[in-house]
Amino acid sequence: MILLDRVTKTYNKNLGAALDRVSLHVEPKEFVIVIGQSGAGKSTLLKLLTREERPTSGKIIVGGIDYDKLRDKDIPLLRRKIGVVFQDFKLLPNRTVFENVAFALEIVGVSQKEINNTVPRVLDIVNLKDKAKRMPMELSGGERQRVAIARAIVRQPKILIADEPTGNLDPKHAWDVITVLEKINRYGTTVLLTTHNQEIVNKLKRRVITIKNGQVESDRANAQYSDRPAVRPEARKGFSS
Amino acid sequence: MGRRRTTFARIVRTGLLYFARNAWLAMAAMATMIITLTIILFSVIVNATFGNTIQQITDKIDISVYLKDTVTTAQANEFVSNIRKLSSVDSVNYLDKKAALKAFIKQNAGNDKLLQAVNETDNPLPATIKIKPKDLNQINQIRQYVTRPEWQQLQSDPVSDNGDRRATIDKITHATNIMRRAGVIAVVVFALISVLIIFNTIQMAIFNRRDELQIMRLLGASTGYIRGPFVIETIVYGVVSAVISILIINALFVTASSSLQATSFGLLDISYSQQFFQEYYWRLLLMQLGLGILIGAASSVIATQRYLKFKSPKK
Repeated sequence: MILLDRVTKTYNKNLGAALDRVSLHVEPKEFVIVIGQSGAGKSTLLKLLTREERPTSGKIIVGGIDYDKLRDKDIPLLRRKIGVVFQDFKLLPNRTVFENVAFALEIVGVSQKEINNTVPRVLDIVNLKDKAKRMPMELSGGERQRVAIARAIVRQPKILIADEPTGNLDPKHAWDVITVLEKINRYGTTVLLTTHNQEIVNKLKRRVITIKNGQVESDRANAQYSDRPAVRPEARKGFSS
Repeated sequence: MGRRRTTFARIVRTGLLYFARNAWLAMAAMATMIITLTIILFSVIVNATFGNTIQQITDKIDISVYLKDTVTTAQANEFVSNIRKLSSVDSVNYLDKKAALKAFIKQNAGNDKLLQAVNETDNPLPATIKIKPKDLNQINQIRQYVTRPEWQQLQSDPVSDNGDRRATIDKITHATNIMRRAGVIAVVVFALISVLIIFNTIQMAIFNRRDELQIMRLLGASTGYIRGPFVIETIVYGVVSAVISILIINALFVTASSSLQATSFGLLDISYSQQFFQEYYWRLLLMQLGLGILIGAASSVIATQRYLKFKSPKK
């Protein structure tokens, strides 16, 4: 589903590579957690997958699309196939929950009738059906993030990329968000999640890829976060509950 | 097909919404666009009016060659056909003595004394060849030809042309050329200014909505879907400005035609301008709409260009 072959990304030659010959392979329907310190290269990895950035070298193939052969005008089509959840939600503040989710369908030309059918079902999945008419400002952080997830999955993408979706949330809301992601994964969507949260990693018991200094340090199934000496101690202290 | 229509309808609706939200910001853009379009329209009308005035005067200019009564029809015909061969000649009209008299009577209808005098004598008018030049500057060339000795001997009186009008025409042509040039410069300058201001307005509008645009991009909105509403918004500026510019000119003719006449020092035939404006009303409106839409759409396409670029290709 996702294939990276010796991918290198250098923003500034003097600063070294943000990602250095990273190779990884994610199977369809897999749930993969990517961990690593700030600046380790997680965000760069996700930006390469959504084609916000281009690799300096190496090959990326996602859902059968070879990024080398991707023309600019096809980038929107690629992004429609990948659902993305951002740490800062990126919701439109002047639109209701319903409208925010509907927005993802509007831009691809889905009819209003279909939108009226689909959006409530998706809001139901993220347990926000009763808040469809609220504005983002009226919601808690966790609720906002679930709106963002609803928006990311409303087009039924094969791949969902979640960039630290729990970063701004307290433990309870963070776990709500993770529960929703697991649910989506059970429906058959490949999920790629980046996080700092030790508790989430330990509870989920999924494949964990650790990135350090732009390289894949380890890639283990059912890994425990506490197994990873690469993570800075202060971060660990902050996450322990 | 259904999706396309839905998308198009959404783009138009969003564009109109942007226009409504942005109306205050758009005032400056529309004001300059209105000035630009009004100047363009005004130049077109002035140009047409001058063209008409010059044409009218030009039409009246001809060279008259008067033939002796002894000249035979064959001789006259040969002379006429030779003149016709000249490249500088537009048309030649041969009036024999009778026809010349008729024309004279027609020309002086109402002047009874003169007509009576003509009637009482034997036809005093010579057969006449009237030559219209293609271009006023070619009068002398034609004059030189018809005054060659072999043709001169056929003539009773010196060749005449109403060349005194030439000076007037030259003056008008000169004035027109200056006005035209000034018009073109004014149009170009104002068009540039209005493009810049519209450009700026759209840039500000984009800046206000940059988060929304970024989100649209990340969610996979196509370039057309993001740009469309901005283009629609500026097209509305264009349409509104075009209609207002037509109304301004209309109001000028209705309320101020006499003062216009005065301020143009009589150079401008205001009644013709008005007639031209009325005759070509729809075409002029269409031209204004076209220009307004073009200026608006072009500036918004350029203004959005920068924000819609994807990352540069890998090095």
